[in-house]
Amino acid sequence: MGSDRSKLGFYLLLAPLLLWLVTLIILPHIGLFAVSISEKVGVREYETGLGNYAVFFNEPLYWRTFARTAFMSISTTVLTLLLGFPIAYYIAKLTRGRTKTTLFLMCLIPFWVSELVRTFGWMILLRETGVLSNFLQYTGVIGGPVEFLYNDGAIMVGLVYTSILFMIVPLVTTLDSLDDSLIEAGYDLGGSGFSILREIVIPHAMPGIVSGCIVVFMLSLGNYLTPILLGGKDSLWFTGLIYTQFITRFNWELGSAFGFLLLALSSAVVFLGLKLSRQSLSNTMGR
Amino acid sequence: MIPTVPQSTALKWSYRAYVTLFFVYLALPLTVVCVFAFNDSVFPSLPWEGFTWAWFFGTEAPFIGVFHERSILRSIGVSAFVAVWVAGLAVAVGTCNAFLFVRHDFRGKGFLYILMLLPLIIPGVILGISILVFASSVANTLEDATGLWFDGLRPGLILVILGQFSFITTFATLVISARLQKFDPSLEEAALNLGATKWGAVRQITLPFLMPAIIGAGVVAVLMSFENFNTTLMLVGSESPLTITMFDKLKHGSTPVLNAVSLLLIIGSAALGLLSLIFQRTKGG
Amino acid sequence: MTSPADLVCRELTKDFDNFRAVDQVSFEVPQGSFFSILGPSGCGKTTLLRMIAGFQFPTSGDLLIKGNSMLGVGPNKRPVSMVFQHLALFPMMSIGKNIGFGLRQRGVAASEIKQRVGLVLERVGLPGIEDRQVDQLSGGQKQRVAIARCMVLEPDVLLLDEPLGALDLKLREHMKIELKALQAEFNTTFVYITHDQSEALVMSDNIVVMNKGRFDQIGTAKDLYYEPANAFVAGFVGDANRFEGKITAVNGQIVTVQTEAGVSLHAQLTGQGAAVGQMAQIFVRPEAIELSKTALQGADHSNASERIVDSVLFNGANSLVILRDPISGETIQVTLPQTGAFLGLGKGETIYTSWNPAQARCFVDGDA
Repeated sequence: MGSDRSKLGFYLLLAPLLLWLVTLIILPHIGLFAVSISEKVGVREYETGLGNYAVFFNEPLYWRTFARTAFMSISTTVLTLLLGFPIAYYIAKLTRGRTKTTLFLMCLIPFWVSELVRTFGWMILLRETGVLSNFLQYTGVIGGPVEFLYNDGAIMVGLVYTSILFMIVPLVTTLDSLDDSLIEAGYDLGGSGFSILREIVIPHAMPGIVSGCIVVFMLSLGNYLTPILLGGKDSLWFTGLIYTQFITRFNWELGSAFGFLLLALSSAVVFLGLKLSRQSLSNTMGR
Repeated sequence: MIPTVPQSTALKWSYRAYVTLFFVYLALPLTVVCVFAFNDSVFPSLPWEGFTWAWFFGTEAPFIGVFHERSILRSIGVSAFVAVWVAGLAVAVGTCNAFLFVRHDFRGKGFLYILMLLPLIIPGVILGISILVFASSVANTLEDATGLWFDGLRPGLILVILGQFSFITTFATLVISARLQKFDPSLEEAALNLGATKWGAVRQITLPFLMPAIIGAGVVAVLMSFENFNTTLMLVGSESPLTITMFDKLKHGSTPVLNAVSLLLIIGSAALGLLSLIFQRTKGG
Repeated sequence: MTSPADLVCRELTKDFDNFRAVDQVSFEVPQGSFFSILGPSGCGKTTLLRMIAGFQFPTSGDLLIKGNSMLGVGPNKRPVSMVFQHLALFPMMSIGKNIGFGLRQRGVAASEIKQRVGLVLERVGLPGIEDRQVDQLSGGQKQRVAIARCMVLEPDVLLLDEPLGALDLKLREHMKIELKALQAEFNTTFVYITHDQSEALVMSDNIVVMNKGRFDQIGTAKDLYYEPANAFVAGFVGDANRFEGKITAVNGQIVTVQTEAGVSLHAQLTGQGAAVGQMAQIFVRPEAIELSKTALQGADHSNASERIVDSVLFNGANSLVILRDPISGETIQVTLPQTGAFLGLGKGETIYTSWNPAQARCFVDGDA
């Protein structure tokens, strides 16, 4: 009887999980795939085929946007790692006690605020009538107003800003667990700052680096707000194409194909990152 | 490298300068947003026209403050409604998941765990469109079969709630599992030994222990729901939450009333976030 | 003069914000010796060791290794290597990579590194384990790998920061002997810090007792045990019974001290200038006290008194008996010889004690 009741308890716990995963994750993605391989041949008449994918590969605007999105996301990830690592190292290794907590909190606070607000801040800073332009005119660096918004640089600044916390937090966590005496031992045995960084610090921080990079890449790839608002109307970002197909053009079939391609790319990069660093999804993401 | 290893002063100071610069970079956008909430000008940009409270309390066009701007007030209400539902659902399901993954061993557990983590690595836009496509096809099928209308499955608040719930639940599960893992099962056994029922032991011993994590997960869920944009964008109907309303205003250019809303959002989120941290630190371990 | 000492410290001082951790310490360590710094936690010994390694910078004073000043020389440029308290083996590298780390930094050719790593592993008795991971080794093996990692660089001085602290008792006893043997094998100068007096006594050629940032005494293990320079050393090194009182008579090197309970004790004075009326402490080793079942009288038996057995702490050859003074209630520890006479000793029995004043040490207060 006892085991029957605990069986019942088990199924009661399993039910919400399955309900959630099946109806909101698995079936929708199967559905998305199904729609992506159906072609509209008439009013409410469809045929199965890869036509939507063919459209993608035959239209340079589409695949170029795709490649550009991927490339800029990778650049963002690398840049975020390079900028974030010294900060994480500083917080984890060069500060203690109260200073450490304060610096860490100062990193966290901007990310509790909506991405929209953060992007809005960058618009105020970078636009032609914005703070930066005025400041540079005031100091005499530039003669007249300059538009800093609506270019790839602005997109990068915004993307790095939006995702850097997701790099810093896992890095601080892993670097924190690196025993200072390992670094001291490295010096004691004749190591230089660079060789210790390469042979001791970075290998130790690898799980943090991988999980940070995965999250940052994914966030950049799937971002819509930052490229649209900071990059302006001419900025092409793949999520923008998806939005256009779904909401403006109402071509769900092509939009689904685009969605699936984006999902395939992000999964491939995640998979590759995990394989290259010999990490597993559970121990990098399931912190 | 570390404080006990000697280093040239030039290097030390340039490192400090970089860190300072970084924190300036972090603070800059939020600071300008807040400052321009008080600019007495119809554009959120320079020149500075003087200090005003109009963007909070103003009533006369074009100086209509947050507290008199209907569309913003309504969308805050919508966001709050969505956030409460999402947080409630995510915490409830997250708690069940935590018990399932921490307390039970079953075939396919590893696979289900990976599946549970997937929403973290699916871009929000894709989550949005997949749910949109699925819900619509279900609605189409049902409507064809029954001849009735199924508006709940068309873009609208229900889909927004489901869409946000679909990935926020993963966060809730992780937060609550982490705390349940620290729980000493012998406490529950002691309660059973003293005559409590299984459910009584969980309710009186385990759930109170989990409370800090449950509340923490709830707060995080509210914050995430409030600021979610990507998934919401694809699922929104006629009633739009705050971020969507702000996005529309932003695209078309707006008065500093947006700065005022943002300032309130910053204060609200920072307060909520800090509160949850303090709560978890004092009550938790 | 013979060849210069491997390690020389001259009035080395280290001040922290609000206290002085190391206070004008001077000493020399000759080549090839095993030198221990013994002291309670917080005495400044770790700071001193880290100054030698280069992780702390002296406030004043000088530090010479093989005759060259090390001031301003970084830890990675000093001819010293350190075995860390928790060994600090790099978990991200194999054993071979760990040991080869220092050689790689020096730009030694890969083939030579391989050969030298193999050689040093043989010398520490762990041949052929290059490809294993750190967590596959036992505590004692890790210890030896940590030493090999330093020794492969052929340092002038090897520093050891309480490396046995994390081991369990049995292994610790074993490693004491092994460390001493390794030191003899490499013939390198070892500077060893510890708070465990038995580690220091067993292994060292020379020991310094450190207290509150200063050196109280430098000497061989025997010197410290039998001729402690002050009350702190007498109390810290080895077990001792301690009595406090006022000097009532000075007779050459023998002083008489009256305790508060009114008992007169005689002991040999250490130092000079004792005067009647000063406060003093007397230390007597448990094994220096003679036991007798019959009352002891006469000049041969000074410091004689009658005591009652409080408890017997049986521990084989190291058995002790705790005796209580029937008047003052004070207790003393006495080594219990495991010879026939006292085998049946039980609680509550009366027994007579005495000790030779030459085997007890008296220190005048304020002298330390």
